[in-house]
Amino acid sequence: MILIHCPYCDEKRPEIEFANAGQAHIARPFDPSGQSDADWEAYLFIRANPRGRHHERWRHVHGCGRFFNAVRDTVTDKFETTYKAGEPRR
Amino acid sequence: MTRFSALSLFTKAFGGHQNWPEQWPDAAPKPAYDAIIVGGGGHGLGAAYYLAKKYGITNVAVLEKGWIGGGNTGRNTTIIRSNYLYDESAHLYDHAVKLWDGLSQELNYNIMYSKRGVMMLAHNVHDVQSLQRHINANRLNGVDNEWLTPEQAKAYCPPLNISPDARHPVLGAALQRRGGTARHDSVAWGYARAAAALGVDIIQNCAVTGIRRGANGAIEGVETTRGYIASKRVGVSAAGNTSVIMHMAGLDFPLESYPLQALVSEPIKPTFPCVVMSNTVHAYMSQSDKGELVIGAGTDQYVSYSQRGALHIVEHTLAAICEIFPIYRRMRMLRTWGGIVDVTPDRSPILGKTPVKGLYVNCGWGTGGFKATPGAGDLLAYTMAKDEPHKINAPFNLDRFRNGRLIDEAAAAAVAH
Ligand SMILES: Cc1cc2nc3c(=O)[nH]c(=O)nc-3n(C[C@H](O)[C@H](O)[C@H](O)COP(=O)(O)OP(=O)(O)OC[C@H]3O[C@@H](n4cnc5c(N)ncnc54)[C@H](O)[C@@H]3O)c2cc1C
Ligand SMILES: [Zn+2]
Repeated sequence: MILIHCPYCDEKRPEIEFANAGQAHIARPFDPSGQSDADWEAYLFIRANPRGRHHERWRHVHGCGRFFNAVRDTVTDKFETTYKAGEPRR
Repeated sequence: MTRFSALSLFTKAFGGHQNWPEQWPDAAPKPAYDAIIVGGGGHGLGAAYYLAKKYGITNVAVLEKGWIGGGNTGRNTTIIRSNYLYDESAHLYDHAVKLWDGLSQELNYNIMYSKRGVMMLAHNVHDVQSLQRHINANRLNGVDNEWLTPEQAKAYCPPLNISPDARHPVLGAALQRRGGTARHDSVAWGYARAAAALGVDIIQNCAVTGIRRGANGAIEGVETTRGYIASKRVGVSAAGNTSVIMHMAGLDFPLESYPLQALVSEPIKPTFPCVVMSNTVHAYMSQSDKGELVIGAGTDQYVSYSQRGALHIVEHTLAAICEIFPIYRRMRMLRTWGGIVDVTPDRSPILGKTPVKGLYVNCGWGTGGFKATPGAGDLLAYTMAKDEPHKINAPFNLDRFRNGRLIDEAAAAAVAH
């Protein structure tokens, strides 16, 4: 089990307190009806799935309950950093 | 290739099993091939075999970055079944189950396909309704599946705890009698041996590191750790690493890769006659011919290529196993491991052409593609030979994520193995 730093609680806590919420920084389109099928496909289904540096969302469900973003290496599972939602991509 | 027979086994046994010849040569890459398969798992080796056997395309290389069968083929819990809900899936998986029959004879290699039955447990009202819906849908598609009462389930699998006050009460079960298991390594070795005998080069320790496309966008060949290899036809069958390889061709895929774990116990005498799956509590089990209890656990919640999984995932599964089969509470576990599974949004595979001419893909089998090995190999070979999908795999195209024709086994089953 990995340890995850919640940027709101400012504490490292075990993974079971958190829920992974998938790839980070995917913005929901402002103008849904103006999107093409390809846009929807990209938004809903296409994922980076990188081998290496990965931006992802986590939610501290059994803690403060808040969403935040993280950068993790998907080969070592080591976290590079975590940062609050709304802060720029690192 | 030496043919195996009762006589050859007996003679070699008499000689102390000395001097068995190499079963297939350790090939080095040639500069060019008519077709290249990336990934030496069961699916890729199967595709190479069927390309040579059924379509006469024998100038083929299988490129494997490690050793053949070292991916999910050698890491899975070998459950074979075809009781999927949707018509497209039932046809796809049943095509494979039909090929499992007779595969040992066809390959002259014992893959130990054992139709011991796969029983799926219902623990609550929702399970009962969903399994019964599956049974009805399966039967309409000619796929066998039947409903068992708790007592019938217990008779079929005596270690099962059907006490009404059990933590996970058994309200009934769905049984597919044609389901079962096969020996995973033998599947890889059997296909490799049979493909090599038809002229296919099985090339290990050869990772694909780049994909070369010509001015018109079409495939020209692949860069590898053992040099450039030219081919106008490349089929990628790399399971958890598919996204990485597709990026090399400039394609983004609807896939995410997760660790999935399994574990085995110390070997014991035969006690467990079939395969039992409990999707709700996420535990499934069978007993190998060596005597080990083979237990499948769940995936981690995050994308990873680590080929390990977290301890709490295994604990969760074992807690359920101990409740459902109390007789095993004092068993010791010998080994745990993980594989990286490639999961699509609808939990159905992608098997067909890609937007790049000459590039074909077989991926997205996620947590449940071992059962499909012969079928996927056969259909990938067809698609590569004809440059168009077979009608069985046509619905499993990449376009469905754009046009919305998903085959949503995820919603149908919640879990799929
Ligand atoms: C723990 C676990 C339990 C499972 N249980 C079941 C089950 O009970 N029933 C079931 O039906 N399915 C099960 N599965 C799923 C099943 O194992 C897979 O869907 C199936 O084996 C995939 O076969 P494959 O040949 O496509 O992939 P693999 O066997 O993974 O083969 C892909 C190969 O590609 C190679 N490769 C990757 N990148 C490159 C590269 N760049 N260059 C060259 N080669 C490369 C890899 O090394 C690998 O050998 C399970 C999986 C796991 C991990
Ligand atoms: Zn917190």
